[in-house]
Amino acid sequence: MKPVFMTYTKKDLINLAVCMVLSVLIIPTFIKTEYWYTSILIPWLCLALATIGQQIVMGYTGQLALGAAGFMAAGAFAMFNLILRVPELGFIGSLAVSGLIAAAFGILFGLPSLKVRGIYLMVATLASQFFIIWMIDKFGWFKNYDSSGIITAQDIVILGKPFTTPLAMYFVCLAVTAVLTLLAMNMARGSTGRNWMAVRDMDIAAESMGVSLLKTKVQAFAISAFYCGVAGALFAFCYLKSLEPVAFDIKLSFKILFMCILGGLGTINGAFIGAAFILLFPVLLNSVGNNVFHGAIDATIISSIEQVIFGLLMIIFMIYEPLGMAKLWENLKQKFGSKLTSSNIKNLKSSLSKKF
Amino acid sequence: MAYERKFKIGEPILEVNNISLAFGGVKAITDTSFNVLEHEVRAIIGPNGAGKSSMLNCINGIYKPQQGTVSFRGKEIPNITPNIMAQMGLSRTFQNLALFKRMSVLDNILVGRKLHTKTSFIEVALQLPKVKKEEKVNRDRSEEIISFLEIEDIKDTPVGKLPYGLQKKVELGRALATDSSIILLDEPMAGMNVEEKRDMCRFILKVNDELGTTMVLIEHDMGVVMDISDRVVVLDYGKVIGDGTPDEIMANQKVIDAYLGVEH
Repeated sequence: MKPVFMTYTKKDLINLAVCMVLSVLIIPTFIKTEYWYTSILIPWLCLALATIGQQIVMGYTGQLALGAAGFMAAGAFAMFNLILRVPELGFIGSLAVSGLIAAAFGILFGLPSLKVRGIYLMVATLASQFFIIWMIDKFGWFKNYDSSGIITAQDIVILGKPFTTPLAMYFVCLAVTAVLTLLAMNMARGSTGRNWMAVRDMDIAAESMGVSLLKTKVQAFAISAFYCGVAGALFAFCYLKSLEPVAFDIKLSFKILFMCILGGLGTINGAFIGAAFILLFPVLLNSVGNNVFHGAIDATIISSIEQVIFGLLMIIFMIYEPLGMAKLWENLKQKFGSKLTSSNIKNLKSSLSKKF
Repeated sequence: MAYERKFKIGEPILEVNNISLAFGGVKAITDTSFNVLEHEVRAIIGPNGAGKSSMLNCINGIYKPQQGTVSFRGKEIPNITPNIMAQMGLSRTFQNLALFKRMSVLDNILVGRKLHTKTSFIEVALQLPKVKKEEKVNRDRSEEIISFLEIEDIKDTPVGKLPYGLQKKVELGRALATDSSIILLDEPMAGMNVEEKRDMCRFILKVNDELGTTMVLIEHDMGVVMDISDRVVVLDYGKVIGDGTPDEIMANQKVIDAYLGVEH
């Protein structure tokens, strides 16, 4: 299909329009309960953004990295300090700068990828997870010498207007996520994305074509960390509304990794699907536990069941559909679409034959 | 040759001087020298394990030889890496196919345009007009190569799903997309049937003839080698045992011995 606008085909633009109408008009008019915004939509957008970061480094560039939560912590605490110490930057400025600070960490911790690969790189990138959290805990300056351990995040003020209601915060997250997703899609479909995928699929051939491994890998790590950093800042300021290093522990890194794999490696929409699944699944399981079994099953058992099912799903997806739910969705659409058109044609033919 | 060449065979473009390469105690190449002239089709032949692929890997910078140098257009290149050679205008294909399996044919060939892509990732993210212009130039060139190789109908297929013969074609296409002045082909016709081989020969000769691209190829099919190459170098046990025109090589006793074996 021929692109009509930038790199987008007509179908992409329709999808984009549908998503925008859904998220800007339909969701705010029909969903009135705060719970949906504060507990589902806002964390979904933030985590989907972090998952895009993970996708860039893992799905597109093929570097097994585990430490997204570390970069998120870097972004969140950078944001806190920037608003506290450099208030002139404003919310959006601080968000961008905290992303850049996370990107600097990304470059630092992406350097091992030049020498080690696979599972060893995963272990090496774990350093980012532990180092960043340790650094924030160790030096009181990052927490503004707060002794309680949990710092309340500052209110979001953009151009003098406060954004404190759940709906307003949802719009802030939505705007940032939408813009960054578009940029990520542009990169993924353009020459930048081709270089990433070339490095992923066959690094020695990529190098022989003039793709610099050093530049490409470090670039992917930096961009990935930027996305994670911005996501972390939003996560802390819109969802948690507090800052504590414990919130960005390795469990969150694993969660993002799962979102990335279940959603579909090397897809941008997979990030959103994966994040939605992993966020909503426990909610679904809980409501099943409460409504079907009327609380007969203990909550701790339910959360254990959740882990078991996640593990099982990971194995199933790895074996049967390594490209994840995005691919599943694509297949479903194709199947459905072809059925629809073929039945349409049949109907048309039969109606025509009746007429003549 | 009967026909008039558009690009007359010229000065040496690539010189390999006294290269020795060993993996631990195993000597792959011993003190090997030969040259490649601009615009010629140069074949490297030899029995299995003669060090042909290792030779290409040394020229391309994937292997670092313990001794010897490689000169490009008369200039010695001190620290060869695949990237530096690509920038000097040397491209290659691989023996066991090194395509980007999950990417489409068009995307594979577009990666070959990397060195003609100057825009940074920020410009790409913002889709500035400059990026669109550059992308169009690169896409047009890639489409040209695709129609030249007669693979238009598969251009959106992921390369991993294609049969072997077509993958070899795509790999040639990717090397062509770099617009390099010299292309190294590592067994471009291995595993192909007669028809596919004939096609591949036609493409190689056509590129050489129309664009003047210097071709260095490793090939096992002697009929093909003798047909399409201007000069042949024969390696055996990592040493040059013959170097000359196809006719000279066919008359060379050492070469005949290496291929047929000698009675001891």
